[in-house]
Amino acid sequence: MTNDLLINRRRLLIGSGALAMAPLFPAWAQSAHGGHSGGSAAMAGRNTGGTLSGETIALTIGAARYAVGKRSASAVAVNGTIPAPLIRLREGQNVRIAVTNHLQEQSSIHWHGLLVPFHMDGVPGLSFPGIDPGENFTYAFPVSQSGTYWYHSHSGMQEATGLYGPIVIDPAIPDTVAYDREYVLMLADWSPVHPHIQLKKLKTMGGYYNWQRQTIGGLIAGTDQSLKERLEWANMRMDPTDISDVTGATYSYLINGHDTEANWTALFAPGERIRLRIINASAMTNFNLRVPGLPMTVVAADGCNVQPVEADEIQIAIAETYDVIVQPAEPAAFGIVAEAIDRSGLVRATLAPQIGMSTPVPTLRKRPLLTMRDMGMDMRDMEGMDMAGHSMAMRDFSAAPGVKKGPGVATIAPMPTDRLADRGTGLEDEDHRVLTYSELRARDANPDPRTPTRQIDVNLTANMELYMWSIDGETISDGAAPIPFRTGERVRVNLINHTMMPHPIHLHGHFFELVTGEPGNRPRKHTVNVLPGGKVSFDLTADAPGDWAFHCHMLLHMHAGMMRVVTVRADKEGAA
Amino acid sequence: MMSLRAAIVFAAATAATPTLAQDPHAGHDMSQMQGMEGMDHAAHQPQPVPEPAPMDHSAHAGHGAAPAVTGEVGTAPPPTLPTDHPADAFWDPSRMAKAREAFADEDRFTGNALIADRMEYRAVKGRDGYAWQAMGWVGGDIDRLSFETEGEGAFGGSVETAEVRAAWRHALDPWWNLELGARQDFNPGPDRTYAVVGIEGLAPYWFEVGAHAFVSTKGDVHFRLEAEHDMRLTQRLILQPSAEIDLAAQDVPELGIGAGFEKIELGARLRYEFVREFAPYVGVHWERKLGETARLSRASGDAPSAVSAVIGIRAWF
Repeated sequence: MTNDLLINRRRLLIGSGALAMAPLFPAWAQSAHGGHSGGSAAMAGRNTGGTLSGETIALTIGAARYAVGKRSASAVAVNGTIPAPLIRLREGQNVRIAVTNHLQEQSSIHWHGLLVPFHMDGVPGLSFPGIDPGENFTYAFPVSQSGTYWYHSHSGMQEATGLYGPIVIDPAIPDTVAYDREYVLMLADWSPVHPHIQLKKLKTMGGYYNWQRQTIGGLIAGTDQSLKERLEWANMRMDPTDISDVTGATYSYLINGHDTEANWTALFAPGERIRLRIINASAMTNFNLRVPGLPMTVVAADGCNVQPVEADEIQIAIAETYDVIVQPAEPAAFGIVAEAIDRSGLVRATLAPQIGMSTPVPTLRKRPLLTMRDMGMDMRDMEGMDMAGHSMAMRDFSAAPGVKKGPGVATIAPMPTDRLADRGTGLEDEDHRVLTYSELRARDANPDPRTPTRQIDVNLTANMELYMWSIDGETISDGAAPIPFRTGERVRVNLINHTMMPHPIHLHGHFFELVTGEPGNRPRKHTVNVLPGGKVSFDLTADAPGDWAFHCHMLLHMHAGMMRVVTVRADKEGAA
Repeated sequence: MMSLRAAIVFAAATAATPTLAQDPHAGHDMSQMQGMEGMDHAAHQPQPVPEPAPMDHSAHAGHGAAPAVTGEVGTAPPPTLPTDHPADAFWDPSRMAKAREAFADEDRFTGNALIADRMEYRAVKGRDGYAWQAMGWVGGDIDRLSFETEGEGAFGGSVETAEVRAAWRHALDPWWNLELGARQDFNPGPDRTYAVVGIEGLAPYWFEVGAHAFVSTKGDVHFRLEAEHDMRLTQRLILQPSAEIDLAAQDVPELGIGAGFEKIELGARLRYEFVREFAPYVGVHWERKLGETARLSRASGDAPSAVSAVIGIRAWF
């Protein structure tokens, strides 16, 4: 039991010189700590502590006050810190994690991406009863994988108010990925406005946080859409600037709990290979991540090794993790830039040979606009097709037979396309290399080569104006039935996004293979971002018996109903 | 802590059996756990899976050869929905039942809002006045209790018109709501109570539109059409043109109303949204009584039409 947090009690002078209540950072998230020990190579850095590992770990959830710049709000901390401590495990070990809840409300911890028995998965009402105020609950599970993961609350939207932390699992057999130094980069969004209040505002006005809409002024200045396009979109009651729901209008964007001003800094010596374990722990923000001047070599996605692929920019959706290697040759500062996809804000951290260096903060790029392709009606894909059978109406339910008609479904994508090879929203025209899912190849052969014996469609549906979110037009409180699987069966799942927003869809307790490229080494993930008007197919081996959550990882979308229960049960129907 | 016995039973009951396309046998009770050879599933490591044997698919209409041969996804039926709760084998079932209830209700939305669209000072030649228009709601996505109040008056005089409405608002589709409720007027003249039926919602091109019919306890029938539209000049500077037309199905002399078109109101308000919740505005408001109503107005010594400059605040509470 290692629990010797080196709490940095130094208060940062931030902003106008006001003495802000700086949050307590765990050592792993402190600036300029020189990297983590562990991994396969000799470390140039020092072991900074603040990391919990071993067979038994204790976590205490408690109320805290969190401040970023001049704003502060009540928050939820783990062992007194935000972000939570780094849990570092080793593949093959068994771990017992005792969690004590000192909040006045129920809490829980979900191990995002870890393959644990379902009753240890931490979803109240599904896997266990939840951890009541004052209660101590011990999670116990074997560690059967390696890679970069994270943990967060699955109760009361606490993940938005501070209850999130990284997990790194070292492989049993030393990894072939060579690196000299490693850092965890935990991306997050933080607002002093509680997510329940955010939801109320959005239910009152769908565009509440969007201050980047099209204007008459812009029309006169000749920016954004032409008048003709604007009228077409207005006729459909659609807003092409509706990229993110909750934006930089209320959010501070953070890397390891630090905003741009606090300038979280990672140290390196020139020539070193640095492994960045990037985790998007945001509640509602998909980020575009880049290290200007340094190409990133992606070596893992969602904790699973991939064949190395170079990229200059990665759109990392909420709850995804990417491990990248960068190798700065010069003793210069490099910015690590995470920009919200709607360009309403960014956070810059620094990679530098010594503390105190920084790079100019890049200006925000222009806010993108959604296109017809995001509506699932891209004329490029329709050339030479027989259009007779296709209705171009935006709400033709015959195009999605599984969807229940109702006020909660404003649009049905008439012709959703496979967008796994598409760049993420807003990066279509960047002149540098942008990672797409289709470029990912698993380093190891996929474990289950079988062809799926059946397939199901899962329709992501919404009425964005009324801020209603659902799957197949239904929510769990509407009485939506679970999605059943037989233990061990191989099923193709087609996620179809009928909304104008990307949705990072997460399945608990499993990895799945994205159907892209030749079978055999398809990328394995626990979370996949489905682009607007797009379709993502994945093949799943339902090898984990029990009840599992399956949901959009945009916290407010999940909370509003974009969620299902997945059941995995032994087949009782006799052999074929 | 989990009961080891429960764990073994559950693991046994859910032992992996690679399945192929099978004929459905509906109606099995999934809660009956059949003892099978126990497997340790704790680690969920992918088990080596035997290749499916070729099988006769003739029983299934609509697809070709066995998937294993062609690489084509099969058309096996989905399994029946289980009815059991495996977590009950590990944790206190009564606590689980309570937690399940909370889980099943988590995404149900109940909220409220109160928005004063207009709280304004009206500068009219001769006699300045005031006006208000506010709406609020309590409830869920589909069904809400909605409230509206509007009215106007002159300084140094009494309130000229004042009404309060309450309605059950039901979402008919993504854009339109049905409203059924009541309206109570508090006028200088006789108070009136009406039943209200109407439609309100968002029309194409982002027009907020309402159409209501009012039937009073005295039997007179009135109609009202309203529309407004937000034109964003900049992100924060918003011009809101609005229009309202009132009609009456019959003469109501005691209210000074004649059959046909009663009155028309046109407005344009330019607001600045410091935040969504607070937006001061300036504008112009024009009211004109029409037809028989205008004649009755003139007869009682009032001008049938009035233009006023307005200054006010739009606010959320």
